[in-house]
Amino acid sequence: MSQKVIRPYGDTENDGKIQLSFSLPIPQGPFGDEAAKALAIKMGVFDPQVVSSIALSDEFSFYIVYGTTTHLVDLETIKVESQEHESMSKDEVESFIETHFNEPLVFVGASTGTDAHTVGIDAIMNMKGYAGHYGLERYKGIKAYNLGGSVDNETLLEKALELQADVILISQTVTQKDVHVQNLTKFIELLEAEQVRDKFIVIIGGARINHGLAKELGYDAGFGPKKYAFDVASFAVQSLYQKARKVKR
Amino acid sequence: MAALNLDKEMIQSCRTIAKKIAYDVQDMIDKHTTISVERATLRMLGIDGVDPFDVPYVNVVTNHLLKVGNLGLGVSHYMAHAIYEHRLSPQQVAEEVSKGTLNLSKYTDINKPDLKILNPYFTEVFSRIDESTKARDHWLLQTKNKTTPLKYVIVATGNIYEDIKQAVSAAELGADVIAVIRSTGQSLLDFVPYGATTEGFGGTFATQENFRLMRKALDDVSKKLGRYVRLVNYASGLCMPEIATMGAIERLDMMLNDSLYGIIFRDINMKRTFIDQYFSRLLSAYSKITINTGEDNYLTTSDAFEHAHTVLASQFINEQFAKLARMKEKYMGLGHAFEIDPALENSFLYELSQALMAREIFPEAPLKYMPPTKHMTGDIFMGTIQNALFNIATVTSHQSIHLLGMMTEAIHTPFVSDRALALNNANYIERAFKDFGDEITFKKDGIVQHRAEETLKNAHELLVTIKEEGMFETLKMGRFAGISRTEFGGKGLNGVFVKHENYVNPVLDEMLKRLEDTK
Repeated sequence: MSQKVIRPYGDTENDGKIQLSFSLPIPQGPFGDEAAKALAIKMGVFDPQVVSSIALSDEFSFYIVYGTTTHLVDLETIKVESQEHESMSKDEVESFIETHFNEPLVFVGASTGTDAHTVGIDAIMNMKGYAGHYGLERYKGIKAYNLGGSVDNETLLEKALELQADVILISQTVTQKDVHVQNLTKFIELLEAEQVRDKFIVIIGGARINHGLAKELGYDAGFGPKKYAFDVASFAVQSLYQKARKVKR
Repeated sequence: MAALNLDKEMIQSCRTIAKKIAYDVQDMIDKHTTISVERATLRMLGIDGVDPFDVPYVNVVTNHLLKVGNLGLGVSHYMAHAIYEHRLSPQQVAEEVSKGTLNLSKYTDINKPDLKILNPYFTEVFSRIDESTKARDHWLLQTKNKTTPLKYVIVATGNIYEDIKQAVSAAELGADVIAVIRSTGQSLLDFVPYGATTEGFGGTFATQENFRLMRKALDDVSKKLGRYVRLVNYASGLCMPEIATMGAIERLDMMLNDSLYGIIFRDINMKRTFIDQYFSRLLSAYSKITINTGEDNYLTTSDAFEHAHTVLASQFINEQFAKLARMKEKYMGLGHAFEIDPALENSFLYELSQALMAREIFPEAPLKYMPPTKHMTGDIFMGTIQNALFNIATVTSHQSIHLLGMMTEAIHTPFVSDRALALNNANYIERAFKDFGDEITFKKDGIVQHRAEETLKNAHELLVTIKEEGMFETLKMGRFAGISRTEFGGKGLNGVFVKHENYVNPVLDEMLKRLEDTK
């Protein structure tokens, strides 16, 4: 990176071109267009152009705006919270398990709370996996139990204890008004109340999840979009190894 | 329309097998009742409202009977006694029970009351349903018949008043059907919340008052637009029969109502679900409400290419359950979806093949076609193209109910603008591809014909397996969506009761009688 301070790139270096789209609770028309421009200017967009405005009803209108942002980003101030591990391939994870562990590692996963969407947990756990990456069920040396959707925190913990899980995976897909954060917080509180937090590696995942949020909530790791079974497995097996769980001596 | 040359004998054989599968389950259904069927029966007797602790009066009565009576006899047995002995209306009986001043298990008068004492109460509720049905018929007469699919969008703000604003906007931009998504988790509540609500997560609570408010708003906009805008909610979860009752009264036009969805995706006990869906479907059949089944969900869990046949097999089963509930084919909104991975070559041909196949096998059914969700990534620009391909498949294959995809799927519940952009996309394709499907034919034994033939064959094979092992074992084996459920597992089993030999339910009897009469 030669440049330290940057602007968006439209078709010339540092031209700062950006696009915005939003709705306003007013009728479409010249007045609406001016209101949209005024908003863009307040957002730091210089010389905004409303390239499209559409009536959504008598009460709402929608705008697409192009303009030049007056802001800069200093790259030296950017910090990324990320897992401190290297992702291994499925084969590498399997041979890591074979080399280092005495017995199969048990993963228990669920989409918890009121969330019935199992897309996320299925992508990580089911045989088929997602986007060509097999799920944990297909990994040698891993016993994976996918409990599905709408599992409450208590049931998840009960199952994890019963199956003697090493790793607990929680997925949160659909969420509104941050209900997922409350639910995730409660699970950690439950583990602590039952004095079993140390028994498990606990990992969360979902479209709105990132590693920083996971750490903040007391989880071992968090995986957002574009993370697959091998990423989750890599983190889990390395953490278990560090914790010396089920490790060959 | 482009013919697929499907094997007609194999289709007939699928129906015969599915019928046997459904009949086996119906034997179990006929021997049982559930707490929610009994609460729906109380609602059909006109009981409404909540006690000072916000517990619905219908729950007050059934909870009371759980303690002091036997729900296997049916609530009608107890209600008839109480009405006869105390000269109270059903509503008054419920209120007295709530106050603790009436014990339904004790009758001092030894004379057995005639069950006919209940007739005037449920007759009145049936009349309200009949008025709603008549009003819908009237609206539909005034609405120009559409030859292209009904455009269906969802609202899901959590606040019924915000929902109304967004629904009105969508209707004005061309939506034909508005579904109010329920607050996440409502399906697991064993009671129906009461009154207008403004707080929900990922959706808005299904309450009778919310139904009424939205219906009123849609009637107003229907008047303005000169076409009827339909309303949808969910007769699913632990209160399935009660919500069907509320929907029939408040003139909902469609109800999501699947015979298997709750079992597989909400872990609701299978007996509970089968018994509840029967009562709900009878009521929907009577009220001319179109049901929507949920086969599309299988493909969000399993691979859409490999498991297409599970959708077809389930459609055959849902069809037979609906027939057992005296439902006409024109009210069976069987579900399927456009969920094949866009990375697959010729994915559009496979999707089109499956959509045409469903159309050909269920010619009278108002098929419900669901948009891509599993492979929507957050790239809204790519998502718009995926939705465009889905829209083309929908219009070309003459689907009936077209649930519009949202470019912001997997990001958030739709913004007012997301819905508008989806409608504009669908409106354009509806015009541009209007008669496309009637102009094309497919190559004999080409990819499209071959795919449909193969899917039908696999569905037939699966149906044979299900017939041999029985529905309960099939669910245990996880044959749908790869999720395993057991007969004694899941939520709501404690609300299932074997019918006593003296079980009575005059509401159910009346419903069956009226459905026979209109045949």
